[in-house]
Amino acid sequence: MLDLTKENFEDEVLKANGPVLVDYYSDGCVPCKALMPFVHSIGEKYGEKIKFTSLNITKARRLAIGQKILGVPVIAIYKDGEKVEELVKDDATEKNIEAMVAKYL
Amino acid sequence: MDSIYDVIIIGGGPAGLAAGLYAGRARLNTLILEKDSTGGQIVITSEIENYPGGMECESGKDLTDRMVRQAKNFGAVIVSDTIVDVALEGKIKHVYGEKDSYAAKTVIIATGAKPKRMGCPGETELTGKGISYCATCDGSFFEDLEVFVVGGGDAAVEEAIYLTKFGRKVTIIHRRDALRAAKSIQEKAFANDKICFMWDTVVEEFKGDGILSSMVVKNVKTGERKEIIADEDDGTFGVFVFVGYTPMSALVGKNLEMDGGYIITDDNMRTNIPGVFAAGDIRVKSLRQVVTATADGAIAAMQADKFIENNL
Repeated sequence: MLDLTKENFEDEVLKANGPVLVDYYSDGCVPCKALMPFVHSIGEKYGEKIKFTSLNITKARRLAIGQKILGVPVIAIYKDGEKVEELVKDDATEKNIEAMVAKYL
Repeated sequence: MDSIYDVIIIGGGPAGLAAGLYAGRARLNTLILEKDSTGGQIVITSEIENYPGGMECESGKDLTDRMVRQAKNFGAVIVSDTIVDVALEGKIKHVYGEKDSYAAKTVIIATGAKPKRMGCPGETELTGKGISYCATCDGSFFEDLEVFVVGGGDAAVEEAIYLTKFGRKVTIIHRRDALRAAKSIQEKAFANDKICFMWDTVVEEFKGDGILSSMVVKNVKTGERKEIIADEDDGTFGVFVFVGYTPMSALVGKNLEMDGGYIITDDNMRTNIPGVFAAGDIRVKSLRQVVTATADGAIAAMQADKFIENNL
């Protein structure tokens, strides 16, 4: 899973070919940490079809706010430079994430 | 589904973990089912200072991680699954998860509670877009911005103090004219220069297009309404909500005697169904804290042991 920074976000996510999943998290966000292993595991499963990435917003606050992310965890799907779908906080369950990913395979 | 467990504990927060520890120690074949991560509600607290014997400046997660290790050391098995149905009457209890089905001689319900929403317009849409129920998760978004905290109890005041690390100003909005929080916490808040108060005030509505930009508040004594609009340069502000908890009894509460969604038990954690016990925040009780949850868990486990000995 690719670690994003505010420097490479545009190239890796907005300018990417094909769908990109971004796992937004922050330092000290326990629910985010709990979700990580699952996202990593489906990243291994579907990594050929969808690019799996993560972004620690603690170091990219303005970027996150610019993407209308003001709370974590959020699992978002980007396509052609646009955020097309996202699962925010309590909605970001394993079941919902896998179902969302399946749509973009 | 494999063997029949002696006890299935639904919920891996402090109540469930303490029950698991005591059940394991009593050499009961013990299964703890947890749908999210272990530790329960307390994991989002940056510092827990009132758990007896707790370490200084310790986070909720560190405390509960120790409880997890302890329960596992005594033989409790923790499985990640979400319960979708239960059949608790009868000699063998059945618990149905998304991933598998489980059976046991006794069940301890320790599903706890989740943060209560205020229930006002715009709240759901703008959750994660300015509105949050987790200061440790989202505080950093609001560095140097204005932050509001809704609530007047321990959680609201403690989290407001925590949020002064980030926000340039933290305003506590409370519907009464006095806080409910413990006196020592109140003192800390009053002494903090970054914290101010909006008394007798409730939030009526949140507004914003994809991101929180304003909210309408009302003074409950005067009826006066005011719209709080984000500073032009900031573009947004943070609202952290700590107004209580909702019991998680919807799926497990079938045929159980309840009061307002909380499960009724006697002093021994027994519900109206033989072999079914409840522990922690899910119970009708006067004080919901980690310490009372762990006490409940221990009692429930020993009662489950006694039940098995006497009945099966």
